[in-house]
Amino acid sequence: MEKSTWKTRVGLAQMLKGGVIMDVVTPEQARIAEEAGAVAVMALERVPADIRAQGGVARMSDPELILAIKEAVTIPVMAKVRIGHFVEAQILEALGIDYIDESEVLTPADEEHHINKHKFQIPFVCGCKNIGEGLRRVAEGAAMLRTKGEAGTGNVVEAVRHARTVYSEVRRLQSMNEDELFVYAKNIQAPYELVRQVAETGSLPVVNFAAGGIATPADAALMMQLGVDGLFVGSGIFKSGDPQQRARAIVEATTYYNDPAIIAKVSKGLGEAMVGIEINQIPAEQLMAQRGW
Amino acid sequence: MSIGLLALQGDFREHRATLRRFGIEALEVRLPQQLAAVSHLIIPGGESTTIGRLLTRYALVEPLRARAGHDLAIWGTCAGAIILARELRDTKHGGQPTLGLMDITLRRNAFGSQLDSFEAPINAPVLGPTPLPGVFIRAPRFESLGPKVQALATLPDGEVVAARQGRLMATTFHPELTDDDRVHRYFLEL
Repeated sequence: MEKSTWKTRVGLAQMLKGGVIMDVVTPEQARIAEEAGAVAVMALERVPADIRAQGGVARMSDPELILAIKEAVTIPVMAKVRIGHFVEAQILEALGIDYIDESEVLTPADEEHHINKHKFQIPFVCGCKNIGEGLRRVAEGAAMLRTKGEAGTGNVVEAVRHARTVYSEVRRLQSMNEDELFVYAKNIQAPYELVRQVAETGSLPVVNFAAGGIATPADAALMMQLGVDGLFVGSGIFKSGDPQQRARAIVEATTYYNDPAIIAKVSKGLGEAMVGIEINQIPAEQLMAQRGW
Repeated sequence: MSIGLLALQGDFREHRATLRRFGIEALEVRLPQQLAAVSHLIIPGGESTTIGRLLTRYALVEPLRARAGHDLAIWGTCAGAIILARELRDTKHGGQPTLGLMDITLRRNAFGSQLDSFEAPINAPVLGPTPLPGVFIRAPRFESLGPKVQALATLPDGEVVAARQGRLMATTFHPELTDDDRVHRYFLEL
């Protein structure tokens, strides 16, 4: 018997497909998320909208809170570490949680290196804006990707940009010959072997979810129709008027993303969505998607 | 014969890819009218709490119970096995819906956290002498099998990981994540 192999790490992400992973800050919220049909929860002290509003350095959450959330639910529990902060990752691995998000939502701990994720037994998910960034993360050992979007804004525009970019690059790679693939791999600073694999299979080497700005069932279905495998919803649920009902509606819109009649039905009477932010109102140094290299 | 994949959530595309290898194009089932068109249904791996909730919400429970085992063969992998079970241990707070079709008791996440997910060879005499590659992800465990349930496959230590009751089958591992399609072929004969 071999524990925590590459296949089981990538495999858990495959089991999450077609589902919604919800940010929660208390065990009670985690229960609401599980009850609404979330496939996993992200345990945090503050959702991205609050991190954005309060400023300061955002770090890994208190292990006590993460464990209390793990106790409350039976679905997988994920937690975030700062980019490059491999000791925060060692702590989460020691806690026995299910997945680590090396996340731009927290303040980066290293401006050059991401975590060498091959050194861990626990699987990692990482953010990307384009295929080069995504394949660099896979080369470092990420078993799952998510497009970054712009977290804590309730504005889906960046999530759309990043998903469209990734999948249009996948399609472009499929039309290239070997000579062109060598140059393309060099230009996007990604390992040639992974670039060639994407060109051959027409898909990313690991599961890819969307994240960052999804606030409505329509946003959820939009991202699914653009081709992502599932969704992370951060502030969009528990910063809204009726989290329980919105959570259920987003789950159903994710399953029935190709059925406008059902999306219309679940979108009715959800109360207030979270307050959104225009991306161009955010000072450049506060854009989270630009963190990571 | 028409093969359906319950496509509410989980790794149904991996099952579809396996079936395509032997020329079968499976139908995605999300609504009762789609279920009516299939003779075989695979319930994929995923989260049993999510799949169970959507089954109830979108009126699939009654038609599944009415046809299961008669004119509908069903195979559940991992979360799918949980959905088929009559009794569950370690359910989510407040319990969770299942179809209760197979006379089996399963314990959820019975091997531990994701760090305890594992690969191991599986002995399945009905599929020949070569072991199956077994991928177990936050897998459940069979706690008991009813008198009409037949054990199909075991781990080297004898633990049962697949069982069959007439035209219903449950596996706690994921053949769809491997290149070995013998379990899929076996299901099509059910």
